[in-house]
This record gives sequence, C-alpha cells and structure tokens, in this order.
Amino acid sequence: MIRASEVSVGDELPPLSLRITRADLVRYAGASGDFNPIHWSERFAHEVGLPGVIAHGMLTMGMAGRIVTEWAGDPGAVVEYGVRFGRPVPVPDDDEGALVEVTGKVTKVLEDGTFKVNVTASFEGKSVLGGASARVRLP
Amino acid sequence: MPLDQSYIGRTYPPSPPYEVGREKIREFADAVGETSPVHRDPEAARAAGYKDVIAPPTFAIIVSLKANDVLIEDPDLGLDYSRVVHGDQTFVHHRPITAGDRLTVVLHVDGITSRMGNDMLAIRAEVSTEDGEQVTTGRCTLVVRGEDA
Repeated sequence: MIRASEVSVGDELPPLSLRITRADLVRYAGASGDFNPIHWSERFAHEVGLPGVIAHGMLTMGMAGRIVTEWAGDPGAVVEYGVRFGRPVPVPDDDEGALVEVTGKVTKVLEDGTFKVNVTASFEGKSVLGGASARVRLP
Repeated sequence: MPLDQSYIGRTYPPSPPYEVGREKIREFADAVGETSPVHRDPEAARAAGYKDVIAPPTFAIIVSLKANDVLIEDPDLGLDYSRVVHGDQTFVHHRPITAGDRLTVVLHVDGITSRMGNDMLAIRAEVSTEDGEQVTTGRCTLVVRGEDA
C-alpha cells in the first residue's frame, strides 16, 4: 500500500485502459440489480432514441475507480468518490467491446490529510465521466 | 408537469435492512474488475485491519438503487421513472461497507430545481447499520427529462 509520505500533488497515477463488452454489462446488471433494458436490449435502446446498447454509467464509474484503488493498494482507502455522467458509452455486440481510457492525478492535500485525486475517463477521445474525483486516506 | 417544490426537505422512512453477504461483495468486485483480496478473502481483509471482507467503493449503489423505489412508489411525487436519467453520483464512506452489515437507507430530498424543461432531483441516501452506525452517504441527481426535451 502506498504511504502518504510517498505522494505529492501533481503525481500522475498509472493509466488504465478498460474494455467493456456486452458480457460485462450482463455481469454488472446481475451484480448491481440494474436491469434497465437500455443496457442489454438493442431493440429497446433504439426505441428510446439511443444509438444502441450503452454501458451502465455506474459500471463505467466502478471500473474507472480501479485507477485509484489499484494505486492506493487498499480499496478501503477511498473515502469519497463522485462522478457526473456525461455522454453514454455505446457497447457493440462483438469481442472487442468499447475502449475507455482512464487517467488520474493527485490535485490537492485536504485539511484532514486526505488526498484529492482527479479522474478522467474518455471514449473515442471524448469525456464520459465529468468532474470525477476521489478522496483517499493513506497511512 | 414540474415536480412539487414542497417535496424539498422530505425524508422517507428507513428501507428494510439489506444484509451484505461475502459472495455478493465478490460478485460485485468481479463485475467491476476489482481484484483485491480484501473483497474476497476474510483472512486478507482481517490482515488489512477490517472485520471481514469489504465492498468496492461503488457497492453502495445496490442499496441506494433499491431505496429509490420509495420515490417511484410515491404517487404524490408523480415521478415518471421512465424519463429519469442518472445525472451524477457521489459516495462518502464513513467506513467501508463490510460483509455482515445489515444496512438501512433513509432517503432525503435535498432539492428540486427546473432547468430548460427538465426537473432535477437532488437525493441524499444516508446508509447506516440497523444499530444506527453511519456507514455511507450517497448523493445523486436524478434528471427527469421534460416531455419536449
């Protein structure tokens, strides 16, 4: 686990490339209890005006959060994590899925000694999570 | 039809307890690709200072999503859930959610605003154990798309 003394404002976290496939959407639907058909039915997604099946925003949030938990070395160190859901991530029905690139950077040490980490996630060069950040308590 | 502003400040009764299971934590960790042993192995979790396996940071969505049912089932609020989009989500963890926790959620309507024909509902989910220990505070904005939006 990384220690507070090893961290400085401006540090960049090791980037993360996520591949999100239809199988991931099905697995996350079951695990989370979010069975909204826009995440598994092409027909339904078209009916409500979407280009196709899209990833759960919460799945993108959950996967992107790994950039922070893997860096910290202890998922329990993440005392706060928040995102705005921007543009949707369409997930094609193939083996490649959608590629989401995640970056993270330490931006601040807060008064209580926790570190603020800003997170970005992009699909085809465009942001899919706005204003995403985590607050991390390190030993 | 815009949502009733008098709902600002409303608090709903606590949800029925949700018992956090080890296997549910493992299943959720698999689904978001979290590989840490503290989500899977009670011994590893204890060695890291936890009582039992702990949940990934976004696990709280399971209980807060269920708790949102009271909004859908409240006929006076008149929320058309088919028009609802999740605008944002934040979790503040007072401590990690841990296997064995029996969690209840109290939902608060913190704000209702209208912008360009859409209603924005600011919802706070206070997640605590049955014994009243505060565990997680979830905040989200539900955007209700207007008829013409």
